[in-house]
Amino acid sequence: MLRFTIERLVGMAVTMLLVSMMVFIIMELPPGDYADRYAFRKYSGTGVSVTEADIQAIRVELGLDKPMVLRYFDWIGNIVLRGDFGQAFAFETSVVKVIGDKVWLTLAILFTTLIITYVVSIPIGIYAAVKRGSAADYGLTIFSYLGLALPNFLLALILLYFANRWFGADIGGLFSAEYKDAPWSLAKAWDLIKHLWLPAVVLAWSAVAYQIQTMRATMSDELNRLSVTAARARGVPEGKLLIKYPARLAINPIVSTIGFDVNRIFSELPIVAAVLGLTELGELLLKAYLDLDMYVAGAILLLLTFMIVFMNFLSDILLAWLDPRIKLGA
Amino acid sequence: MTDATAGKLSAQEEKERQKRLKYYSASQWTLIWWRFKRHRAAMVASIVLGLMALMGIFAEFVAPYGPTTRDTKYIDGAPQIPMFCDQNGCSIQPFIHGVSTKRDPVTLRAISIPDPEKRVYVTFFAKGEETRVLGFIPTNRHLFGLSDPQAKLHLWGTDSLGRDVFSRTMYATRTSLSIGVIGVLISFVMALLIGGIAGYAGGMTDNVIQRITEVVRVVPIIPLYMGLAAAMPKEWSTTQVYFAMTLILGFFGWPTLARRIRSQLLSIRNEDYVVAARLAGARPGRIIGQHMLPSFTSFIIVDLVISFPYMILAETALSFVGLGLRPPTVSWGVLLQQAQSVRVIEQTPWLFIPALFVVVAVLAFTVIGDGLRDAADPYSEAR
Repeated sequence: MLRFTIERLVGMAVTMLLVSMMVFIIMELPPGDYADRYAFRKYSGTGVSVTEADIQAIRVELGLDKPMVLRYFDWIGNIVLRGDFGQAFAFETSVVKVIGDKVWLTLAILFTTLIITYVVSIPIGIYAAVKRGSAADYGLTIFSYLGLALPNFLLALILLYFANRWFGADIGGLFSAEYKDAPWSLAKAWDLIKHLWLPAVVLAWSAVAYQIQTMRATMSDELNRLSVTAARARGVPEGKLLIKYPARLAINPIVSTIGFDVNRIFSELPIVAAVLGLTELGELLLKAYLDLDMYVAGAILLLLTFMIVFMNFLSDILLAWLDPRIKLGA
Repeated sequence: MTDATAGKLSAQEEKERQKRLKYYSASQWTLIWWRFKRHRAAMVASIVLGLMALMGIFAEFVAPYGPTTRDTKYIDGAPQIPMFCDQNGCSIQPFIHGVSTKRDPVTLRAISIPDPEKRVYVTFFAKGEETRVLGFIPTNRHLFGLSDPQAKLHLWGTDSLGRDVFSRTMYATRTSLSIGVIGVLISFVMALLIGGIAGYAGGMTDNVIQRITEVVRVVPIIPLYMGLAAAMPKEWSTTQVYFAMTLILGFFGWPTLARRIRSQLLSIRNEDYVVAARLAGARPGRIIGQHMLPSFTSFIIVDLVISFPYMILAETALSFVGLGLRPPTVSWGVLLQQAQSVRVIEQTPWLFIPALFVVVAVLAFTVIGDGLRDAADPYSEAR
């Protein structure tokens, strides 16, 4: 187990290294560089005329005149050694300050979504497999088609509309107005929980649809096994039997795709956040892209990917613990 | 079976024999088609998608007005549904009520009020704006229009600038579907190259390519697309943005397909016929293209079809948040930009009609993909 864990950790580090290179290339893509935009932002409208020499001075001051490879090492070195993600120029402060506790809000959304996904999809998937071919099964199949087809921003708008009608206007966002800038307290946390369900349901929607199908398919396979027939012949009660034999194995594909689900959730997050007015990393990422605030964007992209890679790692470990055959095979 | 025995068979058996003969002598693609035809839902989906494609291709003809034509007399107007009867009796030819503009007594804003006394008849192949179908056939006829050329028919209402939602949706269908097609083609070529090299070469090359594929797969895809789309210079023309978008979508759509091609190639790499080709001195490109790929072409087609929805949804999402296509280009996502708030659902819900197109297109592609997957291997047990 230890060897397996170390192997996975090394794999994770290599992936993150390659990801960081890709993220850095994306940060460098927009035309012009940080110095240009910095000068433009600082002096536009002030009447000060900026010469090429001034911009060059800013460039030297910020170390932007170095070749790209060196700049990459500066950037990644600062992140790894000092936790410094660079400057966010739209806010004229450091990226770390801008991101700040938004990481925790994002994690809160992520885990709420994951919990909803599995709590809903696993029992329903088992149910659909047991009742194969019934009306309920067909209904669920249609639902899972819709899960893919309905764009999440549309679902967000529809839910927002009904939430507004049923629960009053104050439902979008992550906090009520009175708690928005308030320091953390129990009341604020409770307020957050009251607002979390809407984005979580929207984000869980497609994952639920997908995982119900996975669970149903593997469960159907497992139900045909001799071990199930044997247990039934021994008179094991049906509910206990389902959990003990087929469900235990059928859950493996779900565990192995946790990272995939996290990926999907983060992929949808910026757009859902834009519609629902969530103040977390996805929304900030979108804003950073629109403003070409590439240090912020790069940092968020890196963080989101890191969470995905880490969840992949966790799911590998969890899977190896659930199903020892995998450890030996790998 | 000789002619002598065949003569003794009853007509029933003869028919049965013919059927079997037809089955055994049919090519793989014929068999796939037969099996696909049996998948009722997939056939319906194909027809729906075909209609949608026709709408897009002949948008100039189907749409009564241009995508940016404004009707200042009917702003934020509700859909006008042609009717056959009103309080003055019925008519065989459908008609709508004329619109007259009045001033709101309080705000003095111009508001349009339907005039129940005035009937304007709907005609097919009506004369209207001068356009070029497919970009080169000049015509002023449109699929439908009104008998009175001064009045305008807004089947699905108008937006806040008085542009016809129906017409815009037709043009958007063309853009969105074509982006999907080009995007899928680009990712197909890339998958073929990358997966082909990895699967054919194996070993170290394969390892390196697998690592890179892993990296592309692990980064959340929409944020990645956004990053690339954000880098597009603001001064680019709409055509440039359009092609850049197809490139971006195509450029990162390959990992799934590349993995499929790689694993298939790896599994048949040492089959006798491949080894024979290699010994005969065929070059790798020829071995892959002529000998290996045909054995799983149908699976590749399935994967291509099911990757369409992701392309369409990604384009819609990017344009929706303003990082994809930009007006005056019209795509489903661009149209939905106008429908970003709950206020729109309450006041002008018809602006969401393009969203129905997205849902229907994605559903259709998914269902067709399912049908194809069942049909892709016609030699497996018939269900």
